[in-house]
Amino acid sequence: MPDRIVDESRQEQEEPQEETGPRRFVDVHHGDGVSPALEGAEPKPKVAHEAIFRLDDVMVSYNSKPAVRNVSFDVGKNEITALIGPSGCGKSTLIRCLNRMNDLIPAAKVEGKILYHGQDLYASDVDAVEVRKRIGMVFQKPNPFPKSIYDNIAFGPRVLGMKGSMDEIVERALHQGALWDEVKDRLKTNAFGMSGGQQQRLCIARCLAVQPDVILMDEPCSALDPISTGKIEDLMMILKRDYSIVIVTHNMQQAARVSDKTAFFTVELDATETNRTGHVVEFDDTEKIFTNPSDPRTEAYVTGKVG
Amino acid sequence: MSAHGETIAAPGPARAVDRPATARRVKDVGFRLALVGCVAIAFLLLGVLLWDVVRDGAGRLNVDFITSFASTNADQAGIQGALWGTIWIMGVCALFIIPVGVATAIYLEEYADNDRWYNRLIEVNIQNLAAVPSIVYGILGLAFLVRGPLSLGPVVLAGGLTLGLLVLPVVIIAGREAIRAVPPSIREGSMALGATQWQTIWRQVLPASIPGIATGVILALSRAIGETAPLIVIGTATFVAFDPDGVNSLFTAMPIQIFDWISRPSNDVNDYLPLAAAGILLLMIVLVLMNAVAIWLRNRYEQKW
Repeated sequence: MPDRIVDESRQEQEEPQEETGPRRFVDVHHGDGVSPALEGAEPKPKVAHEAIFRLDDVMVSYNSKPAVRNVSFDVGKNEITALIGPSGCGKSTLIRCLNRMNDLIPAAKVEGKILYHGQDLYASDVDAVEVRKRIGMVFQKPNPFPKSIYDNIAFGPRVLGMKGSMDEIVERALHQGALWDEVKDRLKTNAFGMSGGQQQRLCIARCLAVQPDVILMDEPCSALDPISTGKIEDLMMILKRDYSIVIVTHNMQQAARVSDKTAFFTVELDATETNRTGHVVEFDDTEKIFTNPSDPRTEAYVTGKVG
Repeated sequence: MSAHGETIAAPGPARAVDRPATARRVKDVGFRLALVGCVAIAFLLLGVLLWDVVRDGAGRLNVDFITSFASTNADQAGIQGALWGTIWIMGVCALFIIPVGVATAIYLEEYADNDRWYNRLIEVNIQNLAAVPSIVYGILGLAFLVRGPLSLGPVVLAGGLTLGLLVLPVVIIAGREAIRAVPPSIREGSMALGATQWQTIWRQVLPASIPGIATGVILALSRAIGETAPLIVIGTATFVAFDPDGVNSLFTAMPIQIFDWISRPSNDVNDYLPLAAAGILLLMIVLVLMNAVAIWLRNRYEQKW
């Protein structure tokens, strides 16, 4: 079912996107400085865009109880892909499979195929630690290390043995995280002294310091106030020039504001069990999901009738 | 308005809030007094003990006392040999319990899969070992370290290791608690950057849990420093007129020396009682200092998450 929707959407995605694109991004959070990047990025889907991830009928279960199933979609290069849906629908479970963080939970099992640049992420010869070097992650609650700002950024490059001047690596990452001007005079102070929004941008900068290919964000703004959220959204729009981003969000407006593609998940009670299993209802261009969804359940959710 | 005023005036005598029932009040106060009384008994006993020891020993607690060796002449006897013996065995004990205890704690917290029966067995046994009487460790030390397979003799190494085995469970339990206090989000953040599990433990988890581990180690050593029974069982010398010069040296320790002085018959010429009291005071001062360092470490470096 999701496959079919993808096919339909690709035929008709160009027009509505050009038409509504500017309207969508004229937003308090996004100044003019950001929009050109967006317009530059948007024509990309026309040329058969490169898929970073290709998910094929993925199912994740804990203790053989499926948490999320039937997940099939592609994550495009230099795009922001949003995963939305009600609580318990398996969005976070799924995103944690994309960098094999679920390996840390022994009871979790992944079935189906997750291809990363065509390579099966769960093949026996793929090492989870190597996967995480390429695919960074930002978590729901800012989780700076109990170290200085400098050491927070330098930790990744150090453990990976990156070459070059550490000072330069740290400065570059903090610039990319839009944090340099705020912290350049207190790099040696403890990161716990920063505000929540700054901590989250530090976590993003920390992730960028190891020069990943993809950034996974698991509800990165859910613990932040609207102003900090806006700063992170601005940052995401800039970052997608160089990175591909997958974001889980509870905030539908956030998905509408920042993402290019949206996957809508829902959760259903199994007929035979008391087990709740999430699945993807619809995956499409964000424009279409929010203006003209194919599935009535998507429409009910994005218009606020349910959830 | 007037109706409102009436309703307030009318139930005046009945009071909105009842007076407390006397029986309830009496119970409340009585229980509080009982608790205070229990605390007072504990403090009183401690106070009497301290006062008694200070009265007997304060006169002997001076520089001569800690710079003189054991002697049959009570006026010339001091605790130097035992003090250095204690320092030596505590050093050996610390060098043994820190790496072994921390490694065990790391294994149990970070690697062990609790679904495996052997990991649960280890865990239950560590709890049990902490409750084994110290003399049993003395017998173990005697059978395996002093005699038997290792045949070290009653030397510093054997004494330190015996006490180390005794307090190892304390270090493991404190270490596990310190490691568990590091939030999982720190491990996730580290792993998500491509750090290996060992890098995550060595560079994130351990540094963040060092204050807790150090506190546990100090408390373990402060238990070990007062232990007498295991040292007697392994055959620690009681009359030593030299400082240990290495781990293979014979030694005595402060509790042993105190025990020796107490058990000697005193007379007008040789009164060993003040020596014992002074030894107890010195041991207590060392203990209080160690605990003070532990508390200071905990308050100064404890990580608030």
